[in-house]
Amino acid sequence: MSDIKKIKDEFLERLNEDLNTESINQIKSELFGKNGKISSYFKNLGSLPAEDRKKFASDLNFVKVELQEKINKKIQEIEIKEINSKLENEKVDVTLPERNIAQGKIHPVSQVIDEISSIFSEIGFSVEEGPDVENEYYNFTALNTPDNHPARDMHDTFYLDDKKELLLRTHTSPVQVRTMLKDKPPFKIIAPGRTYRSDSDQTHAPMFHQVEGLHIDKDINMGHLKGCLNYFIKSFFEVDKIKMRFRPSHFPFTEPSAEVDIGYELKDGKIVIGEGDKWLEILGCGMVHPNVLKNVKINPDKYQGYAFGIGIDRLAMLKYGINDLRAFFETDYRWINHFGFDPLDVPSNYRGLSR
Amino acid sequence: MKFTIGWLKEHLDTKFKDREIIEKLSDVGLEVESFEKVSSDLDNFKVAKIINAEQHPNADKLKVCDVDIGEQDTVKVVCGAPNAKKDLLTVYAGPGSVIPKNNMKLAVSKIRGVTSYGMLCSESELNLSDESNGITELKSNKYSDKVGKNFFKNKTEKVIDLSITPNRPDCLGVRGVARDLAAAGVGKLKLTSNINIKNNGAQKIKVSITKEKNQSCTIFGSCLIQDVENKESPKWLKDKIESLGQKPISAIVDITNYVMLDLNRPLHAYDADKIDKEIIVRNSVMGETFEALDNKEYKLENDMCVISDKSGVLGLGGIIGGTRSGTELNTKNILLESAYFSPRSIRKTSKLLNIDTDAKFRFERGIDPQSIELGLKKASKLITEICGGKVSKFDVQKIKKYKKNKIKFKISLFERIAGFKVKDKEIIKILIDLGFEVSKKKLELELKIPSWRPDITQPIDIVEEIVRIKGYGNIRTLEPDKTRFKATLNKQQKLFHFLQRSVASKGYFETVTWSFTDSKLNNLFKENFKEIKIVNPISSDLDVLRNSIFSNLTSYLKKNLDRGFKDVSLFEIGPIFKDNKPGEQLTVIGAIKSGKISRLNWNEENRSVDLFDAKKDVIQTLVEAGYDRQNLFVREKSPSYFHPGKSGSVYLDKDDIHPVAYFGEIHPNIIKKINIKTEALIGFEIYLDYLKDKKLKLKDLKSQFKFSDYQKSDRDFAFVVDKHFKAQDLIDIISSIDESLIKSVKIFDVYEGENIPKDKKSIALNVTIQSSEKTLEESDLEKINKLIISIVETKSGAKIRS
Repeated sequence: MSDIKKIKDEFLERLNEDLNTESINQIKSELFGKNGKISSYFKNLGSLPAEDRKKFASDLNFVKVELQEKINKKIQEIEIKEINSKLENEKVDVTLPERNIAQGKIHPVSQVIDEISSIFSEIGFSVEEGPDVENEYYNFTALNTPDNHPARDMHDTFYLDDKKELLLRTHTSPVQVRTMLKDKPPFKIIAPGRTYRSDSDQTHAPMFHQVEGLHIDKDINMGHLKGCLNYFIKSFFEVDKIKMRFRPSHFPFTEPSAEVDIGYELKDGKIVIGEGDKWLEILGCGMVHPNVLKNVKINPDKYQGYAFGIGIDRLAMLKYGINDLRAFFETDYRWINHFGFDPLDVPSNYRGLSR
Repeated sequence: MKFTIGWLKEHLDTKFKDREIIEKLSDVGLEVESFEKVSSDLDNFKVAKIINAEQHPNADKLKVCDVDIGEQDTVKVVCGAPNAKKDLLTVYAGPGSVIPKNNMKLAVSKIRGVTSYGMLCSESELNLSDESNGITELKSNKYSDKVGKNFFKNKTEKVIDLSITPNRPDCLGVRGVARDLAAAGVGKLKLTSNINIKNNGAQKIKVSITKEKNQSCTIFGSCLIQDVENKESPKWLKDKIESLGQKPISAIVDITNYVMLDLNRPLHAYDADKIDKEIIVRNSVMGETFEALDNKEYKLENDMCVISDKSGVLGLGGIIGGTRSGTELNTKNILLESAYFSPRSIRKTSKLLNIDTDAKFRFERGIDPQSIELGLKKASKLITEICGGKVSKFDVQKIKKYKKNKIKFKISLFERIAGFKVKDKEIIKILIDLGFEVSKKKLELELKIPSWRPDITQPIDIVEEIVRIKGYGNIRTLEPDKTRFKATLNKQQKLFHFLQRSVASKGYFETVTWSFTDSKLNNLFKENFKEIKIVNPISSDLDVLRNSIFSNLTSYLKKNLDRGFKDVSLFEIGPIFKDNKPGEQLTVIGAIKSGKISRLNWNEENRSVDLFDAKKDVIQTLVEAGYDRQNLFVREKSPSYFHPGKSGSVYLDKDDIHPVAYFGEIHPNIIKKINIKTEALIGFEIYLDYLKDKKLKLKDLKSQFKFSDYQKSDRDFAFVVDKHFKAQDLIDIISSIDESLIKSVKIFDVYEGENIPKDKKSIALNVTIQSSEKTLEESDLEKINKLIISIVETKSGAKIRS
C-alpha cells in the first residue's frame, strides 16, 4: 500500500509541474503504459493472497482514478493553452472588406404595382391582366368611344396595321371589357399594366403604366367610389389624413366622370401628400357608362358600379420623389441602384407597405 | 377655350369675385388650365442698368456696354448713344423684341466686329416722346430696385383658359360657360333676345342644299350685307381678340371670330361679288380641287360637303373657306353664312385631308342647330355698326326639320347612382337653369333637351348634369366594402411576382424598357418570330414590337458599360410579341450579366462570368419556384444569339416540347455587332407561359415529410466515357438504378488529358447510398457498387477507371 501511495504522491507532484503535450504523454505511459507502474500492479493482482486482494485492488483503483483525472485535467489545460497561444498568431484585420456582395434591385414601377395590389387585396379586389396589343373594338368601341368620336383624339395611338384595327392599348380599360365578357358579375378587379401613347417629351413617355379598377355589383354608387379611392390614397401614401377633391370631367366610358385631386404642400422643394393647400391631379374615374355595360351583355338596370384609372409611374414619382418620368425607362444603373428596392422588400399588409 | 372675366360678365350678372368664379368653373367640370395675362410683345422691354461702358474697338461713336438685366449674367450691347455711361438706368430690348416705333425686330448681330445682344432704347423708339438723341434715362429713385422688371405695364386683362372636354361643345362659347355658372348659382344669365336689326330686301344670291345621300349640311342660313367698308377693327374688338392671344385681321373677320367665340356659332363671310351667281351646297366629286384660306390646295374625294358656286368649289363646309371668295379690306358686299354640318362628316373629311381649324373643332363636337339666326343677327349688327352697310332678310334653307330630343328621367336614378339625395324641386331648378324644358309626371321627369347639348341622349346624362351642378363635394365617402369574390392573384401571376424577386435576389437590377425596339437590333434576336412593324413609330429606331427582351437589354447594357460600369447584371420581366394580334405575346424574363466575378477583391481570385453562372442562376430560380431539380432536363439546343457551344435549354421534363429557359454565353458576333466591350457576357431567358403548374401545392408537399435515420454511405467512382457523352445522362443512368437506395449523385471532377485516350474523358462521381429500411451492410454496398459499374458500362460504353 505504501508503495502505491508513494507512486501517487510522486506523480501528483510531477503533474503539478509545468508540462507540455509531450511530457504529459510521457507520464501517462509511465503509469498506464504496457509496463506502466499502475498497469504492473494490476497485472500482479492475481498473485496476491485472496484476503489482501480485495482491499489492495480497491486502493489501487482509487489511485488509478485520481491520477487519471489529474492527467485528463492537465491535458485539457495544456490543449487550451496551446490553442490560445496559436490564436495569438491568427489575428486577422477584420476591417478588410468582405467578399463581393451582389445586391439586386426591383424597379420602382414593379414595387409600386405590388404595393397597389397589396392595398386593393385588403378590400377584396383581384388582379386581372390583358394583352398589350389590342384591337380597336376593345380599346375604343366597346368603351363607348366609337370611331369618328373626337374623344379618340385624346389618345395618340400607336397602330400596327394600315386599317387602324390593331393597336397598342392606350389605357388598361380594355381589360375591363375582356373581364366582363369572360365572367359574370359581380366584378371587383384591378388591372395594372403597360400602356402606350405616341407622345414623348419631358412629362410623357411613349410607354407608361396604368392601373385600372372596376367594381360592379347591384348597388355600387359614387359614394363607394369615393370611399375606395380615399382608402387607397391614404394607404398608398401611408398617411393618416388626406385632402381629396372630385372634379367633374368626361371620359366616354364612365358617367358621371370625375378627375381626382389630392392636397399637397411643398416642403424643402419636395411634394408632401396629405394636407397643404395645393392640388394635384392624380387619377380619373367615374360610374361605368350604361353603354359599356350593354356592350358586355350586362343589364345596366340591374348592375352598376365604378371604374378608375391611375398612372402608376406618376404615383411612384410622387411617393418616392422621382422627378423625371423618362428616367424610369432608361436603365441607368445608378438610377436603378438609387430608386430600386431590395428584392426582399415585398410590400404586404402585415409587414407594412414600405420600410 | 379662352376668355376674360369681363367678357363673361357680358352674359352673366354676378357679384362673385374672380377667385370664386374660377373655383366654380372647376366645380362644374370646366377645368381651368390657367388664369393669367397673355404675354405681350412689350414684356420684352426690361429696366436695365449699364454696369460698364467701354469704347468700341473699331468705331469712334460706338460703345460696348455690359448691361445688368436682372439675370445671373450681364449682356453685351453695342450702343451709339452719347449718354450711354456707367450706372445709367435705361430700357433694354432683348433679341426678338419688336421696336414700337418702326416695328423692327431685333436679332443678335455683329456691329463692327462686336456681337451685340439686343439694344438700349431711346424714348422715341419706345413711342414715349420725340426724344431720339440718346437712350432713355430712368430716374434712379424710381427704378433702381426694378432692374430686370418689365418696363411697360401689361395692361391686358387676365385670361381664363379652360380645357373643355369633347362632350361640351356648348362651352366653347362664352355664353355656354355663363349658363353653367348661372345654373351653379353664380349670378344670372343675361337675355340675348334684344338685338334689334333692320333687314332690308331679300337675300339676292340663291342658296340651295342638294338633297343627296350623306348630305352633311342640313341647314344653311345666310344674309347679304351691301356697301360695307371693311377696315381695322375698333379698339374694344381688337383688345378682345388680342386678349386671347390671337391677331386681329380685319373688322369682318374679327367679328365672325368674335361671334364664334361668344356663342360657339361659327360663321363664314364671303365676298359676295366673287360668288358666281349662286351658292350650291353639295357633295364633292373625286378630283375636285380648291385653294383654301391656309393657302394650300386641296384635292377632294367623293362625298365631302362643299359650298360651291357655278364655277366650282368655294370652300369646305364647316371646315375652311377658299381664297377665291375670301373677304379683303376692299370688299364691298358680303354674304354671311351660318350653317349646320353633321359632326361625323366634318370629322371624316378633316381627317382625310388633315385639316384642323377652329370651325372644324366646333362642328365636329356639335353646333347648336338653333343658333343660325342668332349668329346672323349678332354678326350683321356688329358689321353694320362698324363697317356700315345694309343687311338683307335672312335666308334659311333646310333639308331637315330640327326637333328637340326628349328623355324620360326616373328621379330615383339620381340617388341610385350618386348615392345622395337632392330634392325634386332642386333637381328641376337645376335642369331648367341649364335650358331643359321640364314637366313632372309623378316619379318621372319628361325633359326636352336644349338644342346646344348634343351630348345628352339618355338618363345617365341627366344624373351627371345634376351631380356636377349640385357639386361633387356632396358625394359621400363610404367605407370600402371588403367582400372578396376571387383570390387576389392567380397561379400565373404569383409565379410572375415570385420569379421577378427571385432573379433580382441573385444580384440582377430590374429594368423596364419599351415594348418596342429598333428593328436592326431586333433582327439579331428575333429568331422565327414575325417582325411586327409599328405604323406610326415615335422614332425610326423604335419601329417594331420586340420579339425578344435581349434587344433592349443589350443596348442598355452597352450604355451602362459606356458609363464606366464593368460588372453589370440586368433583367426585365415583360412581354415579347409573336404576332400583331391580341394575345400573341409571351411573358419572358430576360437577364444578362457582363464582366467578372470578384473583380478587385483582395482575397478571391477574379474570373470572367461564364455559362455555368448563367446556368446556376436559371436553375436556382426554377428550383426556388418549386420545380424539382431532379426532373429538370438540359439540352444543347438554344437560339442563335447564344454561343453555339456554350449555351443550352432547360426543360421541366425530358419529354416536353417547349424549353422553359435558355442560358449561355451571348454569341460573340452579336457582342461585336452591338459593339459591347466587356470580358464576358452571359444571359438567360425564362418563358413563363411554358412553366406548367406544379403538380402539388406546397401544403400537400409539406405533409409528406419522410426521412431515413439509417446510416448513409458514400462511394466514389471514376468512369472513362466518350468525350461527347453527356454528364446529365451518366447521372440519370446511375440515379435510376435503384431510386430507393441512391439518394444523390454528384460529379466532382471532369478530366481530359494525360492517361486518358484522346477522344475520351474521365468523370468522377460521388454516390450517396442509403436505405429507408435498415442499415446497409458491407455486402449490400458491394452489391450496389457492382450494379452501378456494370449498368453504367453497358448503358454508356464507359469503363470504370481503376
